[in-house]
Amino acid sequence: MAHTISVLVENKAGVLTRVTNIFSRRGYNIDSVASGTTHDPTVSRLTIITSIEEEKVKQVLKLLYKIPDVISAKHLTPSTYISRQLIFVKVSATAATRAEIGQIVDVFRGHIVDISPITLTIEISGDDTKLEAFQRMLEPYGILELVRTGLIAVERGEQQMQVASIEEN
Amino acid sequence: MEISGADLFLKALREEGVDTLFAYPGATAIDLFNVLYDADDIRLVLPRHEQALVHAADGYARSTGKVGVCLVTSGPGATNMVTGIATANFDSVPLVCFAGQVPLSLIGNDAFQEIDIVGITRNICKFAITVRDRKDLGRIIKEAFYIASSGKPGPVVIDVPKDIQVAMGSADYPETVNIRGYKPNEKVHRGQLKKAVEALNSAERPVFLLGGGVNIAHARREMTQLAELVNVPVVTTMMGKGAIPTNHPLYIGNLGIHGNYASNHAIADADLIFSIGCRFNDRITGKLSKFAVNTTIVHIDIDPASISRNIVVDIPIVGDAKNAINQMLEICQSRERTEWVERIQKWKEDYPIHMLKYSGVTPEKIMMSINRQFDDVILTTDVGQNQLWASQYCELDIHRQLITSGGLGTMGYGFPAAIGAQIGHLDRQVVSINGDGGFQMNMQELATAALLGLPITICVLNNGYLGNVRQWQQMFYGNRYSMTCLMRNENCPLQCSGPNEACPTQYVPDFLGVAKSYGVQALRVTEEAEIDDAIRMGKENRTGPTLIEFVIDREANVLPMVPPGEALDDMILE
Repeated sequence: MAHTISVLVENKAGVLTRVTNIFSRRGYNIDSVASGTTHDPTVSRLTIITSIEEEKVKQVLKLLYKIPDVISAKHLTPSTYISRQLIFVKVSATAATRAEIGQIVDVFRGHIVDISPITLTIEISGDDTKLEAFQRMLEPYGILELVRTGLIAVERGEQQMQVASIEEN
Repeated sequence: MEISGADLFLKALREEGVDTLFAYPGATAIDLFNVLYDADDIRLVLPRHEQALVHAADGYARSTGKVGVCLVTSGPGATNMVTGIATANFDSVPLVCFAGQVPLSLIGNDAFQEIDIVGITRNICKFAITVRDRKDLGRIIKEAFYIASSGKPGPVVIDVPKDIQVAMGSADYPETVNIRGYKPNEKVHRGQLKKAVEALNSAERPVFLLGGGVNIAHARREMTQLAELVNVPVVTTMMGKGAIPTNHPLYIGNLGIHGNYASNHAIADADLIFSIGCRFNDRITGKLSKFAVNTTIVHIDIDPASISRNIVVDIPIVGDAKNAINQMLEICQSRERTEWVERIQKWKEDYPIHMLKYSGVTPEKIMMSINRQFDDVILTTDVGQNQLWASQYCELDIHRQLITSGGLGTMGYGFPAAIGAQIGHLDRQVVSINGDGGFQMNMQELATAALLGLPITICVLNNGYLGNVRQWQQMFYGNRYSMTCLMRNENCPLQCSGPNEACPTQYVPDFLGVAKSYGVQALRVTEEAEIDDAIRMGKENRTGPTLIEFVIDREANVLPMVPPGEALDDMILE
């Protein structure tokens, strides 16, 4: 089963390697990783999707906490969080098929962001199910490129990842 | 006033109370050495190889409890540290390792002696960092000492580019540390501890299983009091040996694949295993599915990642061993467990460890002589049979400490670690136990010990084999001694399953000749009657090292032993 782990880290060179190495050393594949700075520019947030057993997730969290540059790590409980990713799809499109593709994009609430005589580039976001359905709909036209951002996730309601408060030792 | 990075480095060492620096110069560390040239308050030690340098700093740290500090140059100087860093990391030894680096502008350009030491060591140290801005230098050093010595201790690597060393900047060295992602939790959860104590009070056949954590926390006195208060027998891992005095009536012995019969059976028969500061490593559990079946397990460890990793425990407690033991002393109740203690004592008497089937100079007799002659000693071992014998037969207490590479099992560790331990304790006795294989891995350190006049008693147990692997080949691989004979020469047949008349008669090197070339007193012991005198000579020579080569039975084995893949109480005794 796929697990979602959110990690707050110091926004510094080498930290991502140290985090992902915990997975690679043990042969755990990372299905997706998304990384970017938070509202605090000194903090980056990673969203890691991995298909490993629950017990192993617990061990991974303990190991993440051992890294001094990891501020906080959390295994998100299924159905208590919202996850999305953004994809770009470049698809073959001629004058004959352009309108049809436009309708599909509308149904999925995507956007056409680039157009050429023989292609359309579409931006669309959503959860895995929606994006897979969209991809299937476009396949008959000929997908030329597909780029994913990786899933990002946030807990519902007032739950939030805490940056440990600054305490004096 | 602004000062150079090198001057701040020196100031930082002084602020951290560093009195000894294990250091090997090179092009990218030359500015740091330049400021050290005038520092008469910091002792500089120049080992002959950077691997030995880190082991020496490690031995210094383990024996003094202080942070061991290393300084090497970039490239090969840095890569040579790798084995030493991994050794220290595995056994939770606090080190701060400075490595010179090419100037920032050349990093990533494959410059001369450029290596990504931070990338290389990232997974074998507690923390590794390159200083990329002069203004961060003080903070980084301050944090390094804090990270190395707090929580579960470990090595920290600081990569210092040459231009940072000469760049001018603030003379301030921070007084406090604040790392938001690093807040080691040394406090013990009171509720969990109460639960554990209740389990201990109600257990009929409890056993303390003590690991290196108790020694690292300097909790030996408190642990002895606790064992006496609750009358619970104690088994130790190799790293935990000495957690209570080995001659204590409640001490059973080492546990594991080379543990003794009584320890392994006590763990197998216990209804509660109360473990403190151990990792349930594969060397002590034997076959996992048969380890402590139906036994309640309490596990106190400073590292949450060590808990329920190999063995799922019933009562996990994260915290510092000494804090936990002190709190237990307050809340534990005294209880008699005469029958259980006597049962274990009987096992111990019925199945003692001996090497009676070997004649002449045996490791047991060597260790017994050391036990008799030294009442205040730091023992270091190398890795292999010498280590296992030493840990089986050495007697430890508050004045007798064992230093050994338990986790990584690094051959070549024992002798340089003894150098570091002796430098940390010039007034004490240091004895280093080595095999003929491992000693040759860092034999060049005879120069360091000789020139510093370190009065180490260096024991080399010479059986002409890489004995521990040879023992496995004999017991589990049908006597196929593949490349484990150190006497093998060009005239030997491809296959050989033991000493015979055709064997070469000359051992290479002649250890006495080697010692002589370094100006080190040396002697060879071939008869049992010579053991005591030889060790006495080592003890009495306080002007420099003494090397004693003990010629032992070529095929002596370490027993008892649990065969690979078997349960702990399934032991080969003879």
